[in-house]
Order: sequence, then structure tokens, then C-alpha cells
Amino acid sequence: MKLVGEKGVQRILMITALSAISSLLLIALFIFSEGLPFIFNYGVGNFLLANEWDPSTGHFGIFPMIMSSVWVTLGAMVVGAPLGIAGAIFLSEYASPIIMKIVKPTIELLAAIPSVVYGFIGVMVLAPIIRNNLGGPGLSLLAGCIILGIMILPTVISISIDSILAVPRSYREGSLALGATTWQTTHMVTIKAARSGIVASIILGLGRAIGETMAVIMVAGNSVNIPNSALDSVRTLTANIALEMSYATGMHREALFATGVILFIIIMILNSIASVAIRNRNAKK
Amino acid sequence: MFKRVFMLGMFLLAGIYMVGCGRGKTSITLAGSTAFQPFAEKLAEQFMDKNPNVNVTVQGGGSAVGIQSASSGAAQIGMADLVTLPEEAKGLTSTVVAKDGIAIVVNPKNKINNLTTDQARDIFNGKIVNWKEVGGDDVPITVVSREAGSGTRTSFEQILTNITLKKDALIQDSNGTIRETVANDVNSVGYLSHGLINEKIKAIKIDDVECTSEMIIAGQYKLVRPIFLLVKGEMVGEVKNFIDYILSVEGQKTIKDNGLLPAK
Amino acid sequence: MRVNPKYTQWGAVTILTGATIFTILILVFIIFFILEKGLPVLGLSFLTENPQEMGKAGGIFPTLIGTIILPVFALLIATPLGISTSVYLAEYTKETRITKVIRFGTDCLAGIPSIIFGLFGYIFFVITLGLGWSILSGGLTLAVMVLPTIIRTSEEAIRAVPNSYRKVSFSLGASRWQTVKKVVLPNALPGIVTGIMLSVGRSIGETAAVIFTAGSSLRIPSSVFDSTRTMAVHFYILAREGISSENAYGTAATLIIAVLFVNLLAYYTMHRFIAKRS
Repeated sequence: MKLVGEKGVQRILMITALSAISSLLLIALFIFSEGLPFIFNYGVGNFLLANEWDPSTGHFGIFPMIMSSVWVTLGAMVVGAPLGIAGAIFLSEYASPIIMKIVKPTIELLAAIPSVVYGFIGVMVLAPIIRNNLGGPGLSLLAGCIILGIMILPTVISISIDSILAVPRSYREGSLALGATTWQTTHMVTIKAARSGIVASIILGLGRAIGETMAVIMVAGNSVNIPNSALDSVRTLTANIALEMSYATGMHREALFATGVILFIIIMILNSIASVAIRNRNAKK
Repeated sequence: MFKRVFMLGMFLLAGIYMVGCGRGKTSITLAGSTAFQPFAEKLAEQFMDKNPNVNVTVQGGGSAVGIQSASSGAAQIGMADLVTLPEEAKGLTSTVVAKDGIAIVVNPKNKINNLTTDQARDIFNGKIVNWKEVGGDDVPITVVSREAGSGTRTSFEQILTNITLKKDALIQDSNGTIRETVANDVNSVGYLSHGLINEKIKAIKIDDVECTSEMIIAGQYKLVRPIFLLVKGEMVGEVKNFIDYILSVEGQKTIKDNGLLPAK
Repeated sequence: MRVNPKYTQWGAVTILTGATIFTILILVFIIFFILEKGLPVLGLSFLTENPQEMGKAGGIFPTLIGTIILPVFALLIATPLGISTSVYLAEYTKETRITKVIRFGTDCLAGIPSIIFGLFGYIFFVITLGLGWSILSGGLTLAVMVLPTIIRTSEEAIRAVPNSYRKVSFSLGASRWQTVKKVVLPNALPGIVTGIMLSVGRSIGETAAVIFTAGSSLRIPSSVFDSTRTMAVHFYILAREGISSENAYGTAATLIIAVLFVNLLAYYTMHRFIAKRS
């Protein structure tokens, strides 16, 4: 390293440090250059708001997929957020440190299970239960919401725990000294103080849910359809890309990249909001 | 210590490269139709047993990928299973290597055994929504179809004519997944390559004609599409040898033994 | 009307405990469901035999090779880049506009869904660079995907090295780079290894990004230009296409055991690291 000297080392390190941001730009560049021209040629409104997706006749409206993604993601939140936040509160405020030490990494293992395994469980266990008890084809919006709700649990739990633990001890001690019970302290003081971090955990969970592909393809049935009920089959933006990518040529392929552009933009917006929320949390500390 | 790890990595990398180059194999890549993929795998294995210096790799992807990767050069041979080839394939040399029937399949528990062409069309169009309308139990029909662009779907819709798939049809992205979905759901109906029928599902008669190899060869069964291999420019070298092998008596026998129909 | 705080306290704690137990039960159920059906299939011959008829019979040997070689390849690329990025962020600069951009880029990269990585890898490595469906394309795509994980965990590990270590090194006349190389990195190593293990775990379980870039050939690759199939992709294909549910469960069990092992190893290293620090 004598050859390059201290300044040289610093310069080399800085260049490598740009690898992440340049990868991001490269990804954006390639996805956008494949997808954006299509969006403008086809018309932004036609693409985003039309209901008909039939590539063989040249109809490329992704409104049903957008709505399906929104519903699946919201449903996943309904399943995952309360469960996750409750778990996080329990572990950080009520469980003994030893339980926390064992349970937190255990729950994080949920994040390590491959998404295809979740999808498989959804098809083998969840879909038949829904079909036999509630009707419909079983492969449905509901199945997607439940599976995704479980998949986002580790994200919601671990980030919520971090933000709850970041609330200064003195807040809790003050409240307890005033005679409040631990639960009153938790829901009136601690959760309020940790709010922006909890919000960030939910938004990152949203990002994970909206971006999940393989599990959703397996359990949601993939009809191009704005759902009327939770038992209807739906196709998300991600499923649309992965299902048809292998078969697509010409305009059809460009339309799928354009779907990728929309997904990319949604994710970037969610990420930015989450990173602002986390910065707020850290600033308050 | 980091330098040592780095050097080790480079050596490994170099090693992998040398192994790759050292063998000096000719390699052929096939990509496309998932219906023909299993057959191509098997044919490739047999061909490589005879020609150890050739390495044949088979990728799925679908008919459109077959056409696209043959034109772009990502694969030397594209596989497509369409009734008529699209515009993009006009510049490619095409060879019909096999024919394939498309079977309409239901769950084995379903008591329906026969549908007319019109009934089948109405079911996929969404005009018939309950099995009792065609003589079955009083349960809703779950239609399962392939994704847009699939060779099987395009062929299916071209042969049945006038199909606008109903909106809430489930979409699966391969023959196998259609088979699994129909096998798991008593109320469902789908369609798949005749070679992939097994005991988990039941193929039904169309206009009283059974979907069997005999009926397809006899020209009685209507839902049949050709399988094309596509090559950019002239067929030469090992690519030509491989396609010739598929068309040989032995290759065609493999195709027939495993459920597809010979080209001629 | 006011409910006695004692009752709400009791109710709340019960619900919270219940939610936590329920979450753990889900994990336990998934692991048992797969292992119960998969372990009987799993055996030495299943791991070392070649598959027959697209995986209908025989073992999963080539997918084992693919599952090892792709993450190794990805990490050979991502680890040096990730570590040097984190060294730069933690040791060589204060918070400036550039570090903010780098950090924001890293966070965003971490949030990008794997299908987007798949699309990008396909259009960039497979088509534009002409690498085809290959270990090279798949490995490079995975490398970009795990880069943020390595950067974050390494940076945390480097920041956890006490400042007094650096001061001693500087006072002995060492340069910044010498300090990083001889003092900081060796002390941060367990934390860095944790990040690498987590990345390996993520690469092993990945499907969407791999299937579009490394392809799904079932042959044993003879060079980095050959396509390969990982266990996750193999499981996806076996299960989805209904080729063989027995082999699907066997593959899933192998996959689950592999990711659990890698992740537990990561936690173990991390735990040791933290114990040593405090």
C-alpha cells in the first residue's frame, strides 16, 4: 500500500464507496430506459388507469394490478402490523432480557425462510382451508394477505423493538413515578415517543409486501381482476412481471419493464418516507 | 490477511475459468417453450451421450423467449409451440420437430367426461359459470388458464376461436402448475399439453373425441399445435447435427415414447 | 365509565404475550411442516445423486453445486466492495453530503424488490453484456443485491471498535490505513463475518432474481459461463410444476436446514462479538 499512500487509499475507498449508489443508478437507468419510452408512447393515463390487460390485442392497462397490489399490501398490514407491533412491545417492555435475547433472533429467522417456502405453505395449507370453509378458488387475495402479513413480521418487529428501546428510560420512570401502571406507561408514553420508528417499521414492511413476488404468484391466483371480495383471485404488479416476462416480446416486454418502472417508483417513495421517519427517530434521541 | 483472502479468491476464479476453457466443448443453448422443454432435456442427454464434445443446455422461458433468444443470439435454438409463428420469427429458419395435442382437463372427482367445442368456449368466455349447466354438479366453475403470450394459450384460443378469457380466471405460468391447480381444486377446469396428462387430473373428450395419441394422429382430435425449433440463419455444425438427431428415427421415437407426437 | 387500570393492564399483557407466542408458533409450524415431510426423503444419496427426468427421481446434486457456487461468487465480489465502503464511511470521512448520498443509496438498494434485481440482471448482464444465463450473471446480480447488507453490518462492526484502540495505534505512529488494517478490521472481523453469513443466507433463499439471471439448467456447470439451478429454484419448479412432491419436500428440507444453519451461525458469531465487546 506504500505505492499509493494515504491520500490514494482514501481515494480508492471513496470510489468503491460509490458502488452502492452507482448500482442503484445503473438499475434505475436500465429499467427506465426499457420501460419509460413505452409509458410515454402508450400514454401515462392509458397505462396506469385502463382496466384491460390483454397483450395479444395490444391492451396494456395495469390499473387492476395496481389496485391488487394496494389491496394485498393493505391486507398484509392488517394481518402483520398489529401482530408485529404487539410482539415488539411485549419483547421490549414486558419480557425479561433473557427471553428477549432468545425470542428476537428466533423471530428474525422468519425473515430467513425463503419466500418460495412461504408460497408453498400457502398453496398446500392455507388455500385449501380458504376454499373449503369460505368458498372461491382458495388462491386469493386473502391467502396473499395472510402469507405476506407473516412475511413482514420480522421487519415490523425488529425495527419497532429498536425504536421502543431508543426511548429514554427517564420517560418511563417519570410516568411510573406518577402512579401509572406499566401498560398505561407503554401506551401513553413509550409508544408515543417511539411513534416515528414504529411508522418506519410499517412502511418498510409495506415495501417488503409490495415487492414480494414468488410467494404471491403461488398463492394469489393471478387473475387480471380488480377484486370485489377477499376471496377473489388477484395479480400484483410483481406477479405481472414475473409471470409474463419469460413469454414477452416487443411491446409486451416493454410494458412489463414499464410495470417495473412503476414498482420502482413506488418503492423509492416508500423508502424515502421510511428513511425520513427513522431520521426523525434518531434526531429525537 | 485480507490480501491473502483476496489472492485466494482470484485463484479460485482463475481456476473456474480454466476448467471452463480447458474442455474445449462446443455448447448449444436451447430456450423457449415449456411444453417442449422436458423433451428437449431428454433429447439433449441422449445426444450428448453420443457426442461427448458437445454441451447442450436447455432453458425454459416460453415460446416468446424461444423466438426472442434465437433472434438475439442468447440461444442458438429457440423452441416455440404456436399454431402460427408471429412476425418476429419470420427471419428465422423454422423446423417442425413434433406435434402436440392440447387436452382440456378437470379434477378426477368431476363427473363431466365430455364437452362440445361450444361449451368449452363458453366456459372459458365466462358464459357458462356453473358445472350444472353442462350436466355436472351444482358448483361454480373455476377456470384456470395460461398467461398471455404462452404458446399453449395462444394455440388454444386460436383453435377454439372467439375466446375472450373471463376476467376472474386463475392464471398459472406453466403446464405443470395448471395440472397442480386442477388437481388441488375439485371445481376447476384447465388445459395443458397432452403429453403431461397424469393420474392427478382427467382429460375430457371434446365433441366425443378422446384426447389420445391415436385420435390426434388420425386427425380426429382438433386441439393440436406444431412445435417449432428456430435457428437464426442457416443451420450448420452441431446445431444442425442436433436438430437432425431430433428428426432421426431414434429422436422421433423418444418424442413419441414420452407423450408427444412425431412431426410426420 | 372507566375500567380499572389493573384489568386493562392484565388484558394488555395477555394480548401482547399471546401475539408473541403466536408469531413463534407460525415459525415452528413452517419448519416442522417442511421437515416432517422432507426429512424422510433426505439422505446421503439424495444429496449426491444426479436428478433424473427433470427431478422426478434421483437426487439434487447439481442444485447443491449451484447453491454453493452462486453465493460464493456473489460474495467474492460484494465483500471487498462492501467492506471498503464501510471503512470509508466509518473511518475516512465525517458526515458530508457524499456520505449522505452513499447512505441513502445503500438504504434504497436494500429496499429494492428481488424481481427488480431480476429484471435488471436480465437486461444488463444477460442481454446487454451478453453473459447469457450463467453463474456470472446470477452471481453479479446477487452481489448487487447483498451489497447493502454487507455495508451496513460492516459499518456497525467497525463503529463498535472502541476509539481507544485507534488512539493507541496512532500514538505509536501508525498511519490511518495501517490502523484500519492492523487494528480496526481484525477487531471488527466477527461483525463483518455476520454480515457475510446473512448475505449467504439471503442468496441461498433467493428465487426471483436468480431464475432470470442464472437460468435453470439442471446440468453441473463446467464454467462460470454455464447456467445453473439453485435449490430454491429447483424447489420452486418441483413444487409448482408438481413434478414430484416427495423430492420437492426433500429439497425444501435441505434448503430450510441450510438457511437456518447459516443464520444461526451468523447470530452465534454476532453474539460472541458482542460478548467480547462488553
